[in-house]
Amino acid sequence: MDQTAPPKRMSLRLPFDFYTLRLFIITLAIFIAFSVLLPGKFLTVLNMKSMAVQLPEFGILAFAIMITMLTGGIDLSIVGTANLSAIVAAMILTGLTGADGTGGVPLAAAIPLSMLGALLVGSICGLFNGFLVSRIGITPILATLGTGAIYTGLSFVLTGGPAITTTQLAFIGNGSLLGVPIPIIIFFVVVIISVVILNRTVFGFNVYMLGTNPKAALFSGINSDRVLLGTYWLAGVIAGLAGIIFLARTNSAKPDFGSSFILLTVLIAILGGVSYTGGFGTVVGLVLAVLSIQFLSTGLNMLMLELFPSSAAIFFRQFAWGGLLLGVMVLNYYTEKRKR
Amino acid sequence: MTNAFLRLTGISKSFAGVQALRDVDLTIERGRVHCLVGENGSGKSTLIKIIAGVYQRDTGEYVIDGKNLARLQPIDAIREGVQVIYQDFSLFPNLTVAENIALNEEVAEGRRWVNWQQVRNVAADALAQIEVNIPLDVTVGEVSVANKQLIAVAKAMRQNARLIIMDEPTTALTEREIRALFSVLRKLQERDGVAFLFVSHKLDEVLSISEKIIVIRNGKTVSEGERDEYDRARLVYDMTGHSITEKSYDFEPDLSQPPLLKVENLNAEPMLNDINFELRAGEIVGVTGLLGSGRTELALALYGMQPIKSGRITIDQKPVDLRSNRDAIAHGIGYVPEDRLSEGLFLEQSIAKNVVVRTIESLRGSLGLTDPAKISGQVSQWVDALRIKTADPALPVNTLSGGNQQRVVLAKWLASNPKVMILNGPTVGVDVGSKEELHNLMKKLAGEGMGLLVISDDIPELLGTCNRILLMRNGTIVEEINTKETNENKISSKLIED
Amino acid sequence: MKRLLRRNETLVAITLVVLCLVIGLNNPTFFTVGTVFTLLRGSIVTGIFAMGVLIVIISGGIDVSFTAIGVFALYSTVKLMLAYAPDASIWVAFSIAGLIGLGLGLINAFFIAKFKLPTLIVTLGTLSMFHGFLLFAIGNQIIRDVPPALTEFARATVIEIPQARGTANLHPAVFLLVAVAILMWILLRYTMLGRGIYALGGAPEAAERAGFNVTRIQYFIYGFVGLLSGVAGMTFGGLARQANPQDIVGMELNVIAAVVLGGAYLTGGRGTVIGTLLGVILVVIANNSLILIGVPTVWQRVVIGLIILIGTGIPAIQERRAGKITSGLAEA
Repeated sequence: MDQTAPPKRMSLRLPFDFYTLRLFIITLAIFIAFSVLLPGKFLTVLNMKSMAVQLPEFGILAFAIMITMLTGGIDLSIVGTANLSAIVAAMILTGLTGADGTGGVPLAAAIPLSMLGALLVGSICGLFNGFLVSRIGITPILATLGTGAIYTGLSFVLTGGPAITTTQLAFIGNGSLLGVPIPIIIFFVVVIISVVILNRTVFGFNVYMLGTNPKAALFSGINSDRVLLGTYWLAGVIAGLAGIIFLARTNSAKPDFGSSFILLTVLIAILGGVSYTGGFGTVVGLVLAVLSIQFLSTGLNMLMLELFPSSAAIFFRQFAWGGLLLGVMVLNYYTEKRKR
Repeated sequence: MTNAFLRLTGISKSFAGVQALRDVDLTIERGRVHCLVGENGSGKSTLIKIIAGVYQRDTGEYVIDGKNLARLQPIDAIREGVQVIYQDFSLFPNLTVAENIALNEEVAEGRRWVNWQQVRNVAADALAQIEVNIPLDVTVGEVSVANKQLIAVAKAMRQNARLIIMDEPTTALTEREIRALFSVLRKLQERDGVAFLFVSHKLDEVLSISEKIIVIRNGKTVSEGERDEYDRARLVYDMTGHSITEKSYDFEPDLSQPPLLKVENLNAEPMLNDINFELRAGEIVGVTGLLGSGRTELALALYGMQPIKSGRITIDQKPVDLRSNRDAIAHGIGYVPEDRLSEGLFLEQSIAKNVVVRTIESLRGSLGLTDPAKISGQVSQWVDALRIKTADPALPVNTLSGGNQQRVVLAKWLASNPKVMILNGPTVGVDVGSKEELHNLMKKLAGEGMGLLVISDDIPELLGTCNRILLMRNGTIVEEINTKETNENKISSKLIED
Repeated sequence: MKRLLRRNETLVAITLVVLCLVIGLNNPTFFTVGTVFTLLRGSIVTGIFAMGVLIVIISGGIDVSFTAIGVFALYSTVKLMLAYAPDASIWVAFSIAGLIGLGLGLINAFFIAKFKLPTLIVTLGTLSMFHGFLLFAIGNQIIRDVPPALTEFARATVIEIPQARGTANLHPAVFLLVAVAILMWILLRYTMLGRGIYALGGAPEAAERAGFNVTRIQYFIYGFVGLLSGVAGMTFGGLARQANPQDIVGMELNVIAAVVLGGAYLTGGRGTVIGTLLGVILVVIANNSLILIGVPTVWQRVVIGLIILIGTGIPAIQERRAGKITSGLAEA
């Protein structure tokens, strides 16, 4: 035996590798840089709270992208699913309580029902994706591109185009618990659940194995169809939850909300170290990526408003996200290469 | 010697400080069949890539056709008539046979336009030259492996090949296809003076087809000589540096006990027909036959991965219905696949995860969550039991050698405590040294009461490990042979009977 | 015969005929020269984009940034013309737009060929970059006062057939699509470059070993797609007589639907010009004429989504069936 070998360690150690450590330092650096560049603006309680409210909108969706990417696929329909869920929830709310909230069913019953409705829609959308990917065998990119169009299309069919407004969920979107905004609490609940699912359940174990080598997974007796179905179902449920957050935050449900979120969530996943070929990626990495993107988003916005007080500033972010995505992948290319 | 086509002297090559080849000499003679033999990691593939110009040698001389070439790019090697046929044949499944044959030539000529009539003519010529007949207009994805091999040969010959290097040329061929292939190759050798260099690890094949043998070990040429100078024992000795003698597996099953596995009148897709046999606890039963005889299909059917049309499979006297491999697993059947890298292992994942992939369900603690302590317990138990050589089970499996990787596959199964293990080509691509250890392990498992079914085309392996051998042909078992009453030649000649 | 039936082109053609018959029997105005000309006009932009996407998919990649390239090229060209050459001809407009598209396409090619990055994620990134840059740095207001060359182009007609109400006009840009399609057919069928694209899609490693310069082929593919997208974007602006920086982006669904419906596989190596053209026509009819049989326009997206699922689902099922019987043999 090799004498210099380190002692045998546990196999499922803390997911804190070199990549995650580097990402942690980057996130911290971004935070400090903006705090210095934007004195009295970035590092304030008000800004912290506003970021905590904004971040869950796309942060939760990033988990849906992550889990599908872990199996070697992708779910491009998550935004469509989230919007459809939000619309159904809004329709249940306005339908049961009336537009002014004084209709037949009491709010205490209508609100849980609407949330249940949103999660149910998310489940159905996710299961349909899972069915197409696992049973029919369509490439995830095209399957979810198609269903994304269908879900968005159904949203248009349901609303006829305009948004459905309801302020009944504003208490979630704008409320806080012990001074902590509720959306960020929900986000961290999703984080904890994801950690448990991915690291401590048989399903999570199988997701990583299937994403690493589908053929070996089949020969090892992993029920690949069921794992895939579960993965896309979970992504759908997460998207449904994101839909509730959309509705609670904006007090309205629109068929075409959050069109930039696909790019943003893919960016977060790649930045967070999730492998696009499947099998690798950690929740810690993803959370760090969500945080750094939120810091960048807010910080850049503030900087741009100071530098270019025109309406075009908001488009800069669109440019920056695309550029950042490519930059991160190129950076990964060079670090991977060096490792070899 | 004046007949030398290619002569390498003192070739060395290192990668990032690791010496892959040191001071290798090799001579290829015109119109003769050479075999390059060596264990995995001995430097065979590096040597081939240097011959083909894919890698640049660090030191040494490369003399081809009397010309001393200093630097060599792939295109230079091709120009000198060196053609390598890799295991995947480098063909395009979506293009027609004709286009596949003509494509390299068109590219090499720097053409810009495609003349389809010419493409067909070139392909027809090429196939006529090697005297085989394959339809030109079907896509390569639709032709058999044997025909793909022939298409690759035709392609090589079109480019005026004078030396054809083939990497494990017979791996996926049936005996009849092998004979057809070699009769084509022999023609090219005699008629056109083409030299061949086969890379192989099948010792019997090496001895039966080659005229010259070159053995390398640890990046060095160990011996080079005429076929007649070698026998099996010498080959093993040259490859490993020590001689290995395996004892056969003497086992008398206790016939008073019911069989572990009983198969009656089994008919299954795509061609298994009327299969009957028994496997008792403690037995190692070999299954052999040519490729296409149904040996792999039988393994897959018993593992629930081939639809069963009729018949009865009984395990421990209970009839079982195998609709998927998960049913088979549930009934205590394990399967070690032939293609370890793609079917058996999650190469980039840790050794630990690979070991527990089968048993993770049972390694749960409170709340039904997986328990890290139980997982690491099981991992270290099997790493120790199978003596998997690693510094840390958290390292990915692709850091292990072939033999140790195969142990990981075995550990994965043994952890789930199967009653019957089906091993398909258990030592393919494993060093001769590790092979022996794996064989001993198999015997030990049988000794502990497991029933083993070993599918292999390596007859000496079966003779050394099994107490019985089932011979398959055309999808059915044609004969059951007691290992003690036979020998290699008898089985080999039975294999090719019609 | 069986072979013919199994081909996607045949299936799409049959669907097309059935769809036309159903629509036509319900609404006789469908079978008029006017409708045909309108549908043809509606197919031009989708068709040119589809030709570009086709070669990407044959090569085993996917491009979702082409719409951003199209609108970028259109809007920048119109701005450039208004600033420097308001009276330039339409050919100048197409040339500039094509060149801008080529440049942007080469950016895609750079990331894909140099770093071997997955095409979906690269083009998702450049989609956002190109469109963001256009809106941020070039302009985000609709330009309605386009150069006269564009106005003329919009009104151009090659065939006028008097109808009961008004005349049916055939726009000459239809010939642009025809020309692009023929060019593409020749490229794919009769040039080594085209065969290289199929080879790359079928077996990338083997393509390299066969002596193809894979990097150069990828530069060609994504550059050419960029060029075609610039031309398609310009055509769109010309037909619409305006340059709206929010147009075109979002059309990628229709185009990808048309291409996969035409028999191209995302796994690469397969796809034909004829199939793609049939797919384009089917998608355009689905978008424009379903209303004639009582399908409201809000259902358009749903229909496009279904087309993508059907176009990819049928071959996937066929492959599964074929795969099941030989599943064991493949391993042997």
